[in-house]
Amino acid sequence: MIRSRCAANAHPFIVTEFLLAPFTDFAFMRRALAGCLALALGATPVGVFLLLRRMSLMGDAMSHAILPGAALGYLAFGLSLGAMTIGGIVAGIVVVLAAGLVTRASVLKEDASLAAFYLLSLAAGVMIVSLRGRNLDLLHVLFGSVLALDDGSLLLIASIASVTLFCLAVLFRPLVMECFDPAFLRGISRWSPVAHYGFLMLVVLNLVSGFHALGTLMAVGIMILPSAAARLWARGLPALLLLAVLFAFGSGVAGLLLSFHADVPAGPAIVLVCGLVYFVSLLAAPGGLLVARLPVRHHLES
Amino acid sequence: MHPAPPPLIRIENLTLGYDRHPAVHHLSGDIPAGALVAVIGPNGAGKSTLLKGIAGELRPIGGRILMPGLLPGALAYLPQRGEIDHSFPVSVFDVVAMGLWREIGAFGGLSRQQRQRVREALAAVGMSGFEARPIGSLSGGQLQRARFARLMLQDAPLILLDEPFAAIDSRTVDDLVQLILGWHREGRTVLTVVHDFEQVRRHFPTCLLLSREPVAFGPTAQVLTPEMLARARRLSEAFDEDAPECHIEQPAQALPPDAGPHAHGHAHHHEHGSHRH
Repeated sequence: MIRSRCAANAHPFIVTEFLLAPFTDFAFMRRALAGCLALALGATPVGVFLLLRRMSLMGDAMSHAILPGAALGYLAFGLSLGAMTIGGIVAGIVVVLAAGLVTRASVLKEDASLAAFYLLSLAAGVMIVSLRGRNLDLLHVLFGSVLALDDGSLLLIASIASVTLFCLAVLFRPLVMECFDPAFLRGISRWSPVAHYGFLMLVVLNLVSGFHALGTLMAVGIMILPSAAARLWARGLPALLLLAVLFAFGSGVAGLLLSFHADVPAGPAIVLVCGLVYFVSLLAAPGGLLVARLPVRHHLES
Repeated sequence: MHPAPPPLIRIENLTLGYDRHPAVHHLSGDIPAGALVAVIGPNGAGKSTLLKGIAGELRPIGGRILMPGLLPGALAYLPQRGEIDHSFPVSVFDVVAMGLWREIGAFGGLSRQQRQRVREALAAVGMSGFEARPIGSLSGGQLQRARFARLMLQDAPLILLDEPFAAIDSRTVDDLVQLILGWHREGRTVLTVVHDFEQVRRHFPTCLLLSREPVAFGPTAQVLTPEMLARARRLSEAFDEDAPECHIEQPAQALPPDAGPHAHGHAHHHEHGSHRH
């Protein structure tokens, strides 16, 4: 998408040199590209539902919650993919269930209990990593390593994306109803808790996946920002999902190129491009800010 | 009161409430299959609470509700304030089609015939042509019509409506009343919370007058009398935080273990109108 837009007014040589060569010449860029595609396909649709359920900030909180688990895995086994993944998933699930429990059993609402858990988790995670690690490792954990994805990581991210797409397909109808009218779903079936907790599991899985590529601080970026941008354009759910995935992948490609040419870290570059897409949408989209300033179009007959 | 067929709903000395304060107190009665019941009473009389209890959303703190002939899920409940997220991007058609859940479940597709039924339900509530509109663009009355269309597709033998006419214009109310009467003719059992007594007199054969305590239950002409209504008004008083525990002598005690001192057995007679609790 980005590529074709640029191609319209650019010299062919520049197109190849700037847009294609990094990927054709360097294997690590191709791996990063594959990782971004998998994240866009898996994590972004989950982000759309987070956004629609008004749980964007909760996703952010949960991304921090997986840190101490991953850090404990790191403490025990060093920079091991399996240990950090399992640690992260376990920690994420524990925090989700604990926050749910606190919400039901105390007067605190879910956001308050999550905020409490995530602040503690983040502090504990950074502390645990620095117990043993070097600063470089801490940077890896916080900001990911999309440019250094090995076979294992890539396979993990791709598997999580596949599982996510499958589960979303299975859960789609109950999940939409759980978002739209939970009381109605509770009244007619037992799917409500399945949809709710199944969805939260998907959030945890994709945060762990995003954590390997973009780091714990930015994993939510590729989930929420493209979703929010797409929400400003799309009116129906299918269009919203499709557009969000396209935005996410486009931002991934653009962020990787930015990182390659400007020699900046890839994770933040990708999230910044996502942010750029969001701000442009915020200004230009039908649901955005500028529409209210435009002259009123003549109204219809009925 | 209602002889002949076995009741669809049997309510035995039911007490429902919040934080141990009863909102429906010692209610007993049989609702026969096919009845069209208007549940009336002042604000705070426990009308919504009763419907919630029958719908299974609130656990009784005393007594019980028996619905022997009713399969689970064979009940359609329209809460007063739904939890509908109006900004969610779904179309009116999709929302109404949700009423087909019992037939299609989580995975089934819509057959051509089922799509036709969704359109017919929309036509029946006077909303043909609204299929593709986003749900957030509907007015209050239109949204209520769409909720009725969804309810129709649930095809339930027991229908509970909690103040379906609140903040709805008279033309829409007339249309919705006609739908309810149609369900009654089809033999469905309908319990509706209504505030307009004129409407109740005109359309509802049976009436349940609540004021936390049950005041009267029976044919509308015998319930909607000035004496009964005056009594209902007297009874509706605020929760008393320091109310002592209710100890009404019970003949047979069959208490669940966790029900505590506020549980009541059954077969209690409801004439303790001035009783403080």
